[in-house]
Amino acid sequence: MLSSQPVTQPLKPTTRTSTVGRTTNPVRYWLGRLLIYTALLFFALLFIVPFVWLVSNSLKTAEQAFDANWIPRPIMWSNYVRIFQEVPLLLMARNSVIVAVLGVLAVVLSSSMIAYGLARLRFPGAGLVFAAVLGTMMMPGAVTMIPGYLIWKKLNLVNTLYPLWLGNLFGSSFYIFMLRQFLLTLPQEIIDAGRVDGASYYRIYWQLMLPLIRPALLSVTIFEFQAKWNDFMGPLIYIQNPDLRTLPLGLQIFVQHLGYGQFRWELLFAASVLVTLPMVLLFAVAQKQFIEGIATTGIKG
Amino acid sequence: MAGNRTTKSRFRLDEEARAGFFFVSPFLLGFIVFTAGPLLASFYFSFTRYDVLNPPVWRGLENYRNMLQDERFSKTLYNSLYFTLLYVPTAIPFALGLALLLQARVRGVSFWRTAFYLPEITPAVAAGVLWLRILSAQNGLLNEALAVIGINGPAWTIDAQWVKPAIVMMKLWSVGWIVVIYFAALQQVPKDLYEAAIVDGANAWQRFWRITLPMISNVIFFTVIMLTIFSLNIFTEPMVMFPPQVFGGQMGPQDSALFYVLYLFDQAFRNFRMGYASALAWVLFVITLIIVTLQVRGSRRLVYTDSGQ
Repeated sequence: MLSSQPVTQPLKPTTRTSTVGRTTNPVRYWLGRLLIYTALLFFALLFIVPFVWLVSNSLKTAEQAFDANWIPRPIMWSNYVRIFQEVPLLLMARNSVIVAVLGVLAVVLSSSMIAYGLARLRFPGAGLVFAAVLGTMMMPGAVTMIPGYLIWKKLNLVNTLYPLWLGNLFGSSFYIFMLRQFLLTLPQEIIDAGRVDGASYYRIYWQLMLPLIRPALLSVTIFEFQAKWNDFMGPLIYIQNPDLRTLPLGLQIFVQHLGYGQFRWELLFAASVLVTLPMVLLFAVAQKQFIEGIATTGIKG
Repeated sequence: MAGNRTTKSRFRLDEEARAGFFFVSPFLLGFIVFTAGPLLASFYFSFTRYDVLNPPVWRGLENYRNMLQDERFSKTLYNSLYFTLLYVPTAIPFALGLALLLQARVRGVSFWRTAFYLPEITPAVAAGVLWLRILSAQNGLLNEALAVIGINGPAWTIDAQWVKPAIVMMKLWSVGWIVVIYFAALQQVPKDLYEAAIVDGANAWQRFWRITLPMISNVIFFTVIMLTIFSLNIFTEPMVMFPPQVFGGQMGPQDSALFYVLYLFDQAFRNFRMGYASALAWVLFVITLIIVTLQVRGSRRLVYTDSGQ
């Protein structure tokens, strides 16, 4: 509808234009530039300022936490010490790291195996398996949530960290799909050469395929780390033991107690800064993988 | 490889096929145990009364009938649809606008893109805490900003009618991932299309409607579906901002933040009404399928494909 007709047809020639499309009128050009940069700056501030403001509010006293000042007086650096006494942040961070690291290792190994099988090996029923992968991608999590919980309960693993990551050993359909696309682009000659040299399919996977898809594996690593670091619903369902709380669950519980209960919001702001920091650092070192991973697959963490 | 197969018995697999099964076996196992099995199980539970401690009792359509009389169910359905209908149509043009700004041959693309993306990497729980402060009626950042242009902002987190628009704004703040997707799609649009259009005298507005939009319409369509599904499943932020423990068992003032999955969670894990919660899950599943089907249908006329249809 929008574009069936050729784009070049119904438009009448208007202004004088140079060959690559910049209007020759310099005033109009610079005015346009100014407008664009003003808009960019406005939106960039819109996205960044709340962070600055969060940090500022995390450095106030409890009484001043909701005042209008941008620069706290006094600056309570001690909030960042105090939060560790009020909230077992290190314990929560340890749990979060365990879940995130094991989850990443499990999902990278399993998803790459499954993707290799689907992309490069011929076996009866492969099409059906791939259809099942696609079907799982569309499945809303809410439908399988309750029976999933009952399975972990039956295994006596509720209130342990296992339900939060062990399922990753079965692969994740989004990652399988993404890695399969990546593996399909590799030339068949690599595999054939490996076969001629007597390598088994297992060795080809481990020694030829895995190194070649390293950039995609890195994207999976980052997405899954982010997903596990942020996961809130999983711990909320499976963790009752306070010693096993991950950062998101622990933080939510302290919103109830410390925030709504004791009006110590400034400490929660400090905790929120600390929880966000690792992700900011990860993004700083792996910006390329974040952006490219999202741009090529549309997956987000 | 294929030659091998015929020489052996039909039921013997060659080495490649055996390896293939080995490699996909984790998925098959997970699919049966954690997807297909649970799907059937939750369908069965939806016709039962089940509190986990005692075995499920068959109740026919009771759960589905109860939904029709359940005021919190109508509330949650209303809230989720309200949120989705307000969020998706605002998020898409907003993200597209930002992507177009990046596309306008500006310097420092990666800096701007990072700025737009930053909220997206903030853990949802931390974002919830931050936004409680931003939306606060007491010197909140939003109302301070509104005051600059002479608007007296409402008490976003206290006034039930403003809670959902407030959450929409919060989620609009983290559209960075859509901007990244759109920006990547814009880069793929062949430059010569624009050049040809410019030669023919098309202005920027015409180029946008006749080239840019059609060429990325499939990506826009994809994000509409993703966003719709995300919106119907919103959970973490409202749970952090309006803990039911604080609001007397309700989700926010007058249940104004009681979104679908929150209600489902509440029924399943706080009231242990697993049967009713399973029925809720299946209704959400069907609603999602209906909405996505409608979107796919509608898009056939709007999404540009190479075949020229």
